Amino acid sequence: MPEPIIKTVDLHKHFGQVQALRGVDLEVMPAQVAVIIGPSGSGKSTLLRCINHLEKPTHGHVYIDGVDLEDKKTKINAVRAEIGMVFQLFNLFPHLTARQNITLAQQVVRKRRDAEREQIARDLLARVGIPEKADVYPGQLSGGQQQRVAIARALAMNPKIMLFDEPTSALDPEMIKEVLDVMLDLAKTGMTMVCVTHEMGFARAAANRIIFMDEGLVIEDTTPEELYRNPRHERTKLFLSKILQH
Amino acid sequence: MSVMEEVSLARPEIKSRKTFSQQMRDFPWWGVVLVLGITLAFVAMLQSEQYRAALQFIVNPDNTTEIAAGILIKTGVRVTLLVTVVSYVIALVLGLILGIMRVSGNPILFHLSTLYVEVMRGVPMLVLILWIGFVVVPGLRDATNGAFELSRVQGGIAGLALGYAAYLAEVYRAGIESIHKGQMEAARSLGMSYVQAMRHVILPQAIRRVVPPLANDFVAMLKDSALVSVVAVPEILQSARLYVSRTFRAFEGYNSAALLYLILTLLFVFLVRYIEGRWRVDA
Repeated sequence: MPEPIIKTVDLHKHFGQVQALRGVDLEVMPAQVAVIIGPSGSGKSTLLRCINHLEKPTHGHVYIDGVDLEDKKTKINAVRAEIGMVFQLFNLFPHLTARQNITLAQQVVRKRRDAEREQIARDLLARVGIPEKADVYPGQLSGGQQQRVAIARALAMNPKIMLFDEPTSALDPEMIKEVLDVMLDLAKTGMTMVCVTHEMGFARAAANRIIFMDEGLVIEDTTPEELYRNPRHERTKLFLSKILQH
Repeated sequence: MSVMEEVSLARPEIKSRKTFSQQMRDFPWWGVVLVLGITLAFVAMLQSEQYRAALQFIVNPDNTTEIAAGILIKTGVRVTLLVTVVSYVIALVLGLILGIMRVSGNPILFHLSTLYVEVMRGVPMLVLILWIGFVVVPGLRDATNGAFELSRVQGGIAGLALGYAAYLAEVYRAGIESIHKGQMEAARSLGMSYVQAMRHVILPQAIRRVVPPLANDFVAMLKDSALVSVVAVPEILQSARLYVSRTFRAFEGYNSAALLYLILTLLFVFLVRYIEGRWRVDA
């Protein structure tokens, strides 16, 4: 029986009076692609951010590959280097070119040599379909191109897990597909992925698991087909009817 | 025949033009007036024996060289520039360290830097300079039995630098805090430590953003350097005061000092504007 690569136990996160997470138990197996959906404020992003410890849980534990992130002895930077994260607003480093965005962490975290990291940057930019944009600054790229550079930047660390926090929500409609295509290709390579997204087409095509969250709890955890065909909870039905209407 | 006619996207290019009043508004008339005024005042002053003597004394009290050669290389103007530049460089470095401490999560670093900034900003610069000149410098000298004694110029520089470090620290802090928190999160999510993220991601952006206010503070410091005259540093104002007390010609003495300060600050104001223009273009 393989061990889960991500495991959360009774995860709680409070922001003052707001209880963003109220006891989430989740296990993600290696090579699984899990999509998290749910209304805004349901705790999806908070859960994702707890997985790489950008948010410190108020209560409970997160285990990555069996390592407890709450353990004081855990080297959090080393764990984070194994978890790539893609943000809604891309968060590219605006003072660096696309290529430098991809090589910076390779240099200072992975301590890779110049030639090696440049080669990796070239390969990744080709993989996300914009090899010609290597020496362009993020400000001169479209949203879709920026997000693809952001994905390449995360992949350059050779992560075991990729987290996507609404990666297409800030994009114009015509750019969503180019980002989803890159994510779809990534899913095919056997990458463990946890994606907060409302792109149902992507969920159906790539996800082997879909998790519906509401009010800080996991309400349903099943396959995409099962969720569409047979949502068990009223809240899930209501939510699906809202996002699938058009 | 096709109903769908090809729509041409080509359109004649329309150039946007400024109206006459916009052009008048954008032209630096104030600069023209200022430069003309200064030139006229300077030429007029050089006609007068008394003014020549006053200017001569301020830029070069030794009376050994001509005024033109005296500017920049002799006392007065030279000391003002020396005090300003050295104090500014020290304040830039010290301010950066304090600014980083001000945004640190470490309670000791945070409270130490906040204490420093609040104390320094709460004391008038003039008081600070007097205090260092007449309390700290003699105190250090006596405590070390004369082994460690700062000169008047060094004492003046210390006062300006320590005071301005507090102001610059706040400029840096504002710059660091103006960087979207997603930048730090992106850097940390790649496995960078806090220090690595600061050094490679946050500071390069923050410092770029605060270059204009930092350059502005250089001009402010140039003017505040006149304060060190109270501890008898022989810069422009002190030379002018000395001249006035010897000759009782306050008019010539202080007019000359004001003109020299104005020329210096204007030179740097134009430089600052140039720098601002260059750095405003965000990458």
